[in-house]
Amino acid sequence: MSILVNKDTKVVVQGLTGKAGTFHALQCAAYGTQIVGGVNAKKAGTTHEGFPIFGSVHDSVKATGADVSLVFVPPPAAADAIVEAADAGIRLIVAITEGIPVMDMVWARREVERRGAMLLGPNCPGLVTPGECKIGIAPGFIHKRGRVGIVSRSGTLTYEAVYQTTQLGLGQTTAVGIGGDPVHGLSMVDVLRMFNEDPETEGIICIGEIGGPEEQAAAEFVKLNVKKPVVGFIAGAAAPKGKRMGHAGAIVEGRTGTAEYKKNAMRESGIIVSETIASIGELMAKALKA
Amino acid sequence: MKLLESEAKAVLRSHGLKVPVGALISAPQEVESALSGLGLSGGVLKAMVFTGGRGKAGGVKLFDGAAAGAAIVKELIGTTLVTHQTGPAGEVVNQLLLEPKTAIARELYCAFLLDREANTPVVIFCAEGGMEIEDLAENQPEKLLRMHPPVGHDLWDFQINRALAFLGISGETAKEFAAVVNGLWKVYQAEDASMLEINPLVIDKEDHVVILDCKFIVDDNAEFRRGHLGNTEADKTEAEIEAGKWGLSYVSLDGTVGCMVNGAGLAMATLDLAVQAGLQPANFLDVGGSANEAAVTKAFEIILTDPKVEVIFVNIFGGIMKCDIIAQGVINATRKLSPKVPIVVRLQGTNVELGQKLLNESGLALISADGLVDAAEKLSQAAKGGAR
Repeated sequence: MSILVNKDTKVVVQGLTGKAGTFHALQCAAYGTQIVGGVNAKKAGTTHEGFPIFGSVHDSVKATGADVSLVFVPPPAAADAIVEAADAGIRLIVAITEGIPVMDMVWARREVERRGAMLLGPNCPGLVTPGECKIGIAPGFIHKRGRVGIVSRSGTLTYEAVYQTTQLGLGQTTAVGIGGDPVHGLSMVDVLRMFNEDPETEGIICIGEIGGPEEQAAAEFVKLNVKKPVVGFIAGAAAPKGKRMGHAGAIVEGRTGTAEYKKNAMRESGIIVSETIASIGELMAKALKA
Repeated sequence: MKLLESEAKAVLRSHGLKVPVGALISAPQEVESALSGLGLSGGVLKAMVFTGGRGKAGGVKLFDGAAAGAAIVKELIGTTLVTHQTGPAGEVVNQLLLEPKTAIARELYCAFLLDREANTPVVIFCAEGGMEIEDLAENQPEKLLRMHPPVGHDLWDFQINRALAFLGISGETAKEFAAVVNGLWKVYQAEDASMLEINPLVIDKEDHVVILDCKFIVDDNAEFRRGHLGNTEADKTEAEIEAGKWGLSYVSLDGTVGCMVNGAGLAMATLDLAVQAGLQPANFLDVGGSANEAAVTKAFEIILTDPKVEVIFVNIFGGIMKCDIIAQGVINATRKLSPKVPIVVRLQGTNVELGQKLLNESGLALISADGLVDAAEKLSQAAKGGAR
């Protein structure tokens, strides 16, 4: 088993006709993902790189049975695209777009929730269930089907964890990037819960960073619910206070947003904290052997 | 982006909020005409800096008469204010804001900011202005009133009523208070703020509500619809401005290790690695996933021309970013600037073989690292001068 997506997942790409959308739709399809079409109101009825283009997400769902949407729409229209997908009955919306205004996400998140859909991101790399389906911008070739679930706020750190677990022969069930924005959809806890309930997932890697309350909530959840080994990492110990470190959400504002505070919360919850990004895979291998 | 108090108050005024009328001063001789323009004989001079805690650091001074005012201006312009927020480097004072004195009866606190737990903005009130709100939140949370205002509407009447009761405000002042709070909430939304803090929000001796100070941070992501507010680059270093032009995410730091990385998370983890190797990073630099060869070359040039840099760490996990593009950028910039500092390069991911080949065949004295652990060791050796 895997979480969220598998070989039967049908994906419609919003913003497929743009440069990034085209490139990644082709990459995802090459990985084996069922990309069933794209959405562009101005190019409805045409095809682009062999993908049929629909005028709305509603039309694409009707025609193809798509249950997941992948969003590459630029920031000014991205929140609208996300809500459109939820309104069309899409089950999971994966928003790659970086730079969406926070106030847009405040209401888009609510509209998605109200319609019963799930949102991953924005400003995230997407997710991969190795051997079945890649939705987003992660490099497919570093993945290997296996035993570890990965959840992360950072794209490149997801890749590091994937690469290390692949090298060590552990492999992944699903690798999920929840994104670096302050307001986003699925939280670390949401994804942890899914991994905890997934029988194929034997261990979980949880990668956080400075800023915000997610890792503290994740630690609390692990303490109360998770028996599987969890390896945690927090990026940004060396970052100065009050400076935004690339991600809009990676900024230390209060004491609770610091790397040290988060690592302590993790340790107290029984999470194995990796002090450097280099040892995440090894620690998981050791925990799974024990 | 942070706004200066003067810029923030101009924005509030443009939305119809009543704020003290003041004048910006950058030289002693400007005080006299400013006073007569404002119809004042004395006032308060406030250092226009981004940091909080400037009052305690001597950046806010009352005066009577133009001569006394001019003397304060002479003393403060060009000085460096060091507060608990600035760190030892401090912040240089280039301008002062001259405002009328306010006869303060009560100092309150009011702030709108994002509640990341609830995924919606929150308004916070406190009956004691001028306090360290962070300390209060931790040690005496009962002293704060926190509520989630409805997005797109004025605060609910019950929310206003709770705030009035909590702060002990009644009568005519209550009406004025409600108008100010709803006005601030409107500005927060209209300008895509991420923080709008009035500390203190004053009730003066004539029972009027006065926005005495204002800390305003706006969401950079909303610039496409809001446009520029204030001086976008006032709190940035030259390197940060240059990097911004190329779409690179760069933050200047105090150490000696120049870092070039792709991805914000990996860039942060790389700084952490440097610190664990006993070194201090000179910068945070995320070249992003879609930078081309020219942008990578520029990024590396920015690092190479930083006089603080004694050793360089290139740490790349190619996903969308291809390792050969990074390699070519490093080679271009290195050939152009012939740096004397050692450069440790760790490449992994997409097109890693091609990137490694380019580096090997370039004939440049680059130190290749095999994996993160090896990279940290080589970085440490190189910093000690052992690697070359």
